[in-house]
Amino acid sequence: MTPLYMAFLGGGLLCLIGQLIMDLTKANITPGHILVGYISTGAILSGLGVYQPLVEAVGAGATIPLSGFGHLLVQGTLKAVERDGLLGAFSGGVEAAAAGITCAIVFGYVAAVLFNPKD
Amino acid sequence: MPAYKKRGSQTVVFEDPPVITSWASIVGPKEGQGPWGGDFDQVLPDYLLGEKTWEKAERKMLQQAVSLALSKRDLQVDDAEVILAGDLLNQTVSANYAARELARPFLGLYGACSTMAEALLLGAMLVDGKFFNRLVSATSSHHYAASRQYRFPTEQGTQSTPSTQWTATAAGAVVLEWEGVGPRVTAATIGKVVDLGQTDIADMGSAMAPAAAHTLKTHLEDLELLPDYYDLILTGDLARVGMAIAEQLFIRDGLVPRPNYSDCGVLLYDEKQDVDAGGCGCGCAAAMLCGPLLKKMLAGEINKLLLVATGALMSPTMSFQGESIPGIAHAVAIEN
Amino acid sequence: MNVDAKKMHQIEIQEYQNLVDGIKPKPDVLKNCIWAFLVGGAICALGQLMLNYLLSLGMSRIDASSTVSCIMIFLAAFFTGIGIYDELGKRAGAGSIVPITGFANAIVASAMEYKREGYIFGVGARIFSVAGPTLVFGFAVAVLIGLIKVFLSS
Repeated sequence: MTPLYMAFLGGGLLCLIGQLIMDLTKANITPGHILVGYISTGAILSGLGVYQPLVEAVGAGATIPLSGFGHLLVQGTLKAVERDGLLGAFSGGVEAAAAGITCAIVFGYVAAVLFNPKD
Repeated sequence: MPAYKKRGSQTVVFEDPPVITSWASIVGPKEGQGPWGGDFDQVLPDYLLGEKTWEKAERKMLQQAVSLALSKRDLQVDDAEVILAGDLLNQTVSANYAARELARPFLGLYGACSTMAEALLLGAMLVDGKFFNRLVSATSSHHYAASRQYRFPTEQGTQSTPSTQWTATAAGAVVLEWEGVGPRVTAATIGKVVDLGQTDIADMGSAMAPAAAHTLKTHLEDLELLPDYYDLILTGDLARVGMAIAEQLFIRDGLVPRPNYSDCGVLLYDEKQDVDAGGCGCGCAAAMLCGPLLKKMLAGEINKLLLVATGALMSPTMSFQGESIPGIAHAVAIEN
Repeated sequence: MNVDAKKMHQIEIQEYQNLVDGIKPKPDVLKNCIWAFLVGGAICALGQLMLNYLLSLGMSRIDASSTVSCIMIFLAAFFTGIGIYDELGKRAGAGSIVPITGFANAIVASAMEYKREGYIFGVGARIFSVAGPTLVFGFAVAVLIGLIKVFLSS
């Protein structure tokens, strides 16, 4: 099991990189850009085989950041390709991330219906 | 007859300066907690005014400001011959729907945060041109209604930069008449759209400062005046960052900004109020004018005021398409 | 505009940019980074705590991981709903955006604000205003990598 301080350190550093991107670049970087950037980068690093060692080292410190979500999508895809070939390339990602995506949409919808923005 | 009221390249001087006979301002809770809280006619307890949406609350606030300005002079809404109004929302819906309720002849205006000056100068022209005897110029903005159109949803955890401005929840209205008692609109300068390539949507002040400097310089040149002719020169909504830049531009143009120069966006809030660079929005300049400023003119503390309201004329769509932010500024001289 | 005027305008823009750069206050990078590090680290440590607990119950690593994600998303949706997450975000910046809780926050915040435009084209459509692009890019990269693997192994 990964110790808590490793998760803290890993997750903290990944967030710190995001902060540096927002503060030091001139372009209008919005949270949406950060999210898209992290999921894509995580997926690419996962495809290159770099992300798995990071997950082994810092555990949730690498899976909780959105780059970990990209990693999950890619690992699911790669596994499904081994199993089902070409079809797996299209089905594996959603399969692996199904719970997370469904939770996000359903909890998101319910929270939006139940609560009001403050005024 | 040629345009004998025109001076220089962009300025007009009114022959029979229209009188601001009455005015009213309504502000939101945050603005009420600011340094001028006691100078506004009404401070709202919340952001909804009993309405279901922020957009409906904004239009109600605008409508009430118009009625209030008229009633302070014992007039009815029907006594306004024309209403000139505008706001920040798409298709200027706050002004349009407020005008639906007010049921008076209506001209809708858009000049972003410069709309109050635009409404004032056009109103003064209509009165001085003897087309109408009495009209109302008004504008409004609502923080949360504007935020979701221009920025992020309010509950999204986003970090603002030090140059971000806080859209004011405020409305202001003035009654302009051809005769009466009160400060008079004596001259006005119609601004040019100036764009020096700024693209940061979290920094409107830097985008608008060149327009403010250009309009002020043109105004003084057209009328052959020195800046100290005015007791107070007030730019609209440049806020701290834009004001600091504007001061540098004034100095470059040979104008001395201090001590009688300030900015509505800087004045409206206290620095501790978590508004980053300061205020913005159509309501910011409108409420400052129709609250503390005209009050001070009435008391004789200020006798010659030049309001240079600035506006950033972009939209989120244009920003996404990579366009820079065009700025505009209109100047209106108000004298006792 | 002729060539000279265009050039002059370019110079004016550059000069103005220099003026703006000199005056515009910079974000407090150090303070922001410390906040981002601490808050982001804390959120991940919380996730690890849950993960360790679920693993100790004998759950498989994959199931435990998914369960933790779901719980984190639920918490973020809840704290966004009661108006706390955005207060955290004002300070923490990337610290509260990068974790999966930031993804959930973006979903709820945009959906909630459009409730007054209706439940189908208000909430239902806006729920994807930030989630949509994120998922599109995630899937696109994953499928591309999957196709490369199919190609390499054939």
